[in-house]
Amino acid sequence: MSTYQARFRIWRGDAGGGELTDYTVEVHDGEVVLDIVHRLQATQTPDLAVRWNCKAGKCGSCSAEVNGRPRLMCMTRMSVFDRDEVITVTPLRAFPIVRDLVTDVSFNYAKAREIPAFVPPAALGPGEYRMRQEDVDRSQEFRKCIECFLCQDTCHVVRDHEENKEAFAGPRFLMRIAELDMHPLDAADEAGLDRRRAAQEEHGLGYCNITKCCTEVCPESIRITDNALIPLKERVVDRKYDPLVWLGKTIRRRTS
Amino acid sequence: MSPVSSVERQRWDVVVVGAGGAGLRAAIEARRAGARTAVVCKSLFGKAHTVMAEGGIAASMANANEHDDWKVHFRDTMRGGKFLNQWRMAELHAQEAPERVWELETWGALFDRTPDGRIAQRNFGGHEYPRLAHVGDRTGLELLRTLQQKTVSLQQEDHRETGDHESRLKVFQEFTVTRILKDADGRVAGVFCYERESGRFLVLEAPSVVLATGGIGKSFKVTSNSWEYTGDGHALALLAGAPLVNMEFVQFHPTGMVWPPSVKGILVTESVRGDGGVLRNSDGERFMFDYVPDVFKEKYAETEEEGDRWYEDPENNRRPPELLPRDEVARAINSEVKAGRGSPHGGVFLDVSTRLPADAIRRRLPSMYHQFKELADVDITAEAMEVGPTCHYVMGGVAVDSETAAAVGVPGLFACGEVAGGMHGSNRLGGNSLSDLLVFGRRAGLYAAQYAVSGAGGVVEADEVDAARTEALAPFDGGGENPYTLHQELQQTMNDLVGIIRREGEMAEALERIGALRERAGRVAVEGHRQFNPGWHLALDLRNMLLVSECVARAALERTESRGGHTREDRPAMERSWRPVNLLCRAADGGVVLERVRTEPVRPDLLALFEKEELAKYLAEEELEA
Repeated sequence: MSTYQARFRIWRGDAGGGELTDYTVEVHDGEVVLDIVHRLQATQTPDLAVRWNCKAGKCGSCSAEVNGRPRLMCMTRMSVFDRDEVITVTPLRAFPIVRDLVTDVSFNYAKAREIPAFVPPAALGPGEYRMRQEDVDRSQEFRKCIECFLCQDTCHVVRDHEENKEAFAGPRFLMRIAELDMHPLDAADEAGLDRRRAAQEEHGLGYCNITKCCTEVCPESIRITDNALIPLKERVVDRKYDPLVWLGKTIRRRTS
Repeated sequence: MSPVSSVERQRWDVVVVGAGGAGLRAAIEARRAGARTAVVCKSLFGKAHTVMAEGGIAASMANANEHDDWKVHFRDTMRGGKFLNQWRMAELHAQEAPERVWELETWGALFDRTPDGRIAQRNFGGHEYPRLAHVGDRTGLELLRTLQQKTVSLQQEDHRETGDHESRLKVFQEFTVTRILKDADGRVAGVFCYERESGRFLVLEAPSVVLATGGIGKSFKVTSNSWEYTGDGHALALLAGAPLVNMEFVQFHPTGMVWPPSVKGILVTESVRGDGGVLRNSDGERFMFDYVPDVFKEKYAETEEEGDRWYEDPENNRRPPELLPRDEVARAINSEVKAGRGSPHGGVFLDVSTRLPADAIRRRLPSMYHQFKELADVDITAEAMEVGPTCHYVMGGVAVDSETAAAVGVPGLFACGEVAGGMHGSNRLGGNSLSDLLVFGRRAGLYAAQYAVSGAGGVVEADEVDAARTEALAPFDGGGENPYTLHQELQQTMNDLVGIIRREGEMAEALERIGALRERAGRVAVEGHRQFNPGWHLALDLRNMLLVSECVARAALERTESRGGHTREDRPAMERSWRPVNLLCRAADGGVVLERVRTEPVRPDLLALFEKEELAKYLAEEELEA
């Protein structure tokens, strides 16, 4: 068991402004950045504001930028840094500051409300759903999302372009559309809901130019770009230019 | 100080405190029953502790074994709880769980599938058949996300009709409730809360309040629970005059991580054992074979060979003792470590690497693989994990009516999920928590809505609001005690003196220390202002943790036997005479008083589901005679 003193620079402040503040703090074997933030609260600065819940990478609450990279603080081990390195922790840049490391993430909740929900098939009651594992694999991958919003934070479409937020749902919610579109029993079509057209025309899929920044920061290792966004773009193209292909697919799906 | 009239008030029909599985399921049902419903939660919407649930939802859908039905599930649940369960809850739970799971599919949930396309079900401790609907080892996330998305879809419907997403169902995220407010007749009239972000106060007036706040684990040092688990609902109920039942029963999950220290206590899912993982001590022995208690002797394998055959052929073999109920496994691990046969970091070895191919482990246990790789540099496909007991769940909680989830003694107050007591008796089976919160979340929401729209409920008294406000602001004028220090001392006390193995003298000492901590908590002081101030939030949570800890210690000292999640070194046997006895805790003079009550006799047709010889192991003499 070895212990050392680490140097941290943490952004302190609120909507009115703030600055990086220096701390020297003890670190023990096996600890993560969130442990250090908690030690600062308990011993040096009890009002340091931070969100966290599970401390096991499952809830997606403790998102921040560590040395400029969007990360979960609970999954960032101190052992990845040199002991003499100064570690800088700042709040997510794409969202308005509330206080210290806490940001206003309401943008994401507003976008979530704009995505039409799963449409249950009219003919099937509870207990009658039959789906093959290989048909739910793809949507299940997207449902691993813990809504840490690191992808929303890092996506260059909105990161430095506040003006794009209105028209762009962000990777997390475009992936949600892909998830529903690939759900084997979603009855959106039957309900007159065109998820692909909506992705393109209402949620800004066209803004995405597949630079894969979202995939790189995803703590759940979801292949957002390759498995959700690119296939969704391809489906949009299908839909746009080849309605017969779309019709054929829909009929096959209904009867299988 | 500004006058009380400056505290904003809003009028709702039902207020649900907590937005985990139970709270959201209650809110969905209340809104569907026509009640305008507000949900208040301490974290962001969708972050509740339910996401930490890994293994699955127990429901006798009989997809994996056609012999399963609600009666088998009921029997397993009663056995797991050592017959102390509020039996009508266990019955309703077993009967309604399948409908609640299927309903989730109609809201978009995607469970793992059987080859013929139905919901796959896995084995778990104490369950006779494979019964847990699951999604890998992230079932809680799937359940919570599904309920969150259903909530949003109801808001979308309301938006189409009223132009306002929040006209009938609103989530107040990052708000903490500090008091239940009552009218002059003692009926529920609303809640007092503060917004964590700004520190502003808010009164939500409502005739029905549903508590769905989860558990109490943050009073213990080693726990799988998140910071939210400070026993808020337990304490709110006590302070509103409602009793808590069975508080001595705290579940220590047998398998938490033990190394590195910063992750000590984080859960290692029971699915590891359900999918074939075995427990070994430092001598390499599968020690669980030495720890099968008499009541379970006939149901578990006696040799490793039989246990191993069971995974492939459950009809002709008995299950391995790694799949005993959690209380048994936790005690066994504790004993092995004490006897000097532990792992290097004070646990035992849990090994799935020699039991399943690496790709099957990564597919079936992806979160576990990730968690050990990232946090402990352990590759569970190639080496054993080190695990040990961690405080995981409280069986005790608000005493409720089995059918309606109404709290005893306080009209308008309801409780569901972990904060409600009774359902699990002295020990909860894995998988029965997610089903519990769906079954009783729905019931609480339904009956809270019916009560609210029936025109009940009175007016919030101004002096109640005033008192709640004064109480919440007190830490800003405190006398120098650090809330973090007090919290750490409480956690150490509960861990050392009221933990997995208990002794009379230690529990008495714990009560003295809790008393001293409560006195110091009266002088707790915080720095800074009310805007997102974690020190202040913790200072307010301390009241709840201290109250609940006293309940646990007092009830544990009173119950002079060992049963389920209550193990006493000085009273090691389960005493049948304690079977029909419940301990109720009530708040009095800043502390807690106990009352013994007789449980309602189990209905004869439910008793008839068991063999007479088995009942004779559990029921008290007078019950057997009757």
